[in-house]
Amino acid sequence: MSTDINWLKYSSPQAFYPLAGSLIPWFACMAVALMGVGLYIGFFIAPTDFQQGEAYRIIFVHVPAAWMSMFLYVVMAVWAGIGMGLNARLSFMMAQAIAPTGAMFTFLALLTGAMWGKPTWGAWWVWDARLTSELILLFQYAGVMLLRTSIDDVRRADRASAVFALVGVVNVPIIYFSVQWWNTLHQGASVSMAAGSKMVSTMLTAMLLMTLAFWLYSIAVILARVRCVMVERESLPLWDEKAAVIQETVGAR
Amino acid sequence: MSGASMWEAIGGIVRRDLLLAMRRRSDAAMSVFFLVIVVSLFPLGVGPEPAVLRTIGPGVLWVAALLACLLSLGRVFTADYLDGVLEQMVLIPQPLAVLVVAKVLGHWLISGLPVVLLSPLLGLQFGLSGESLGVLVMSLLLGTPTLSMIGAIGAALVLGVRGSGLLVALLVLPLYVPILIFGAGAVTSSMAGIGGEANLSLLGACLVLSLFLAPWATAAAVRIALE
Repeated sequence: MSTDINWLKYSSPQAFYPLAGSLIPWFACMAVALMGVGLYIGFFIAPTDFQQGEAYRIIFVHVPAAWMSMFLYVVMAVWAGIGMGLNARLSFMMAQAIAPTGAMFTFLALLTGAMWGKPTWGAWWVWDARLTSELILLFQYAGVMLLRTSIDDVRRADRASAVFALVGVVNVPIIYFSVQWWNTLHQGASVSMAAGSKMVSTMLTAMLLMTLAFWLYSIAVILARVRCVMVERESLPLWDEKAAVIQETVGAR
Repeated sequence: MSGASMWEAIGGIVRRDLLLAMRRRSDAAMSVFFLVIVVSLFPLGVGPEPAVLRTIGPGVLWVAALLACLLSLGRVFTADYLDGVLEQMVLIPQPLAVLVVAKVLGHWLISGLPVVLLSPLLGLQFGLSGESLGVLVMSLLLGTPTLSMIGAIGAALVLGVRGSGLLVALLVLPLYVPILIFGAGAVTSSMAGIGGEANLSLLGACLVLSLFLAPWATAAAVRIALE
């Protein structure tokens, strides 16, 4: 047992703060590198689509952003659930840190979707199942964040927004299927990948690289934000070595 | 109260809420008048062509019912929260989730049922025919309790929060989307001659699901608000 690392140690904000600080540069560098490679493959190596021309290339941002927006909501709800179940402060802080990044990806997916829809469908916005449920997902992120900011007591804000996030995660599949049955105009294969095996592989590679890059970017940003949340809440930046040095020098004067 | 069964507790709360509503009839009347006024605005805005009105009718009636429910959500818990009754409810031996169901039932009887009863009249204004009117009433009868169940979660979450009226709308309206789609869809499909049974079944499923899940979330939210 003595050789085992005590992973639970990092469930305390005090121990997690320096760990997060040392992990951020790694995730950030890998995100930038993968994003560079992914965008290069997507924009220069992947061939032009014979139907949609160059406009299709926006999917290299659009599809990963849409995936991340849904994935991050689930991750946020899981942290919120862990927080409610175990009453752990760090879990609530993680849920708080995830929400803005998730909302950003949702907005990015909607924005790039509109930019792609104008040349391809001829309209900025269509009341289609996927678009509508993505829009509602954005509303839910907004609800989680607004509920948190309108409650002054931190503990209550944590728990209230956790309940709302969990209710939302039950509701998201219902919303998705309801809007799908309501309006089934969307063709799932509008992003055509059936134009040759070479095309499939380069396009898919670029998309997966971008997804991985967005994933690493999210981790880096969320870790940075959770550090800010910790400092904000504890109002004692002593865990940071630099901050400790600054405080000591200020105290010595 | 300690010897009271769960049903007695539910009955007591519902009776009390109904009595309180009877003493302040204007509160309950307000949401009904709101519904009538909102629904009457649409023909004025869109124009009186019967064909257009018949097309938008189900959607307009459902959106108006949804907004009327939303406006009355503040009455579910706020008064009890302010005078301390809610705290007593948490303390009594019956499970809080069951008491929440009683509160929601009271809310529905006061603000949901009048909407259901009034809907055929409003449907006639939009030129809905006999069978569609029946489907409209059925869809509202199945849908408005779900709206109250989901709305109670939001109402409990924003207890004592500044700007709670707007906030509850932002929280609850996205969650209302499926009910709106199924409810308006039932009426539309019955007008198209397909029959609204599929959508009505889905509304029933939503009601059962919300009856099962929403009280837990609402009870958790009430406890959080009272901490």
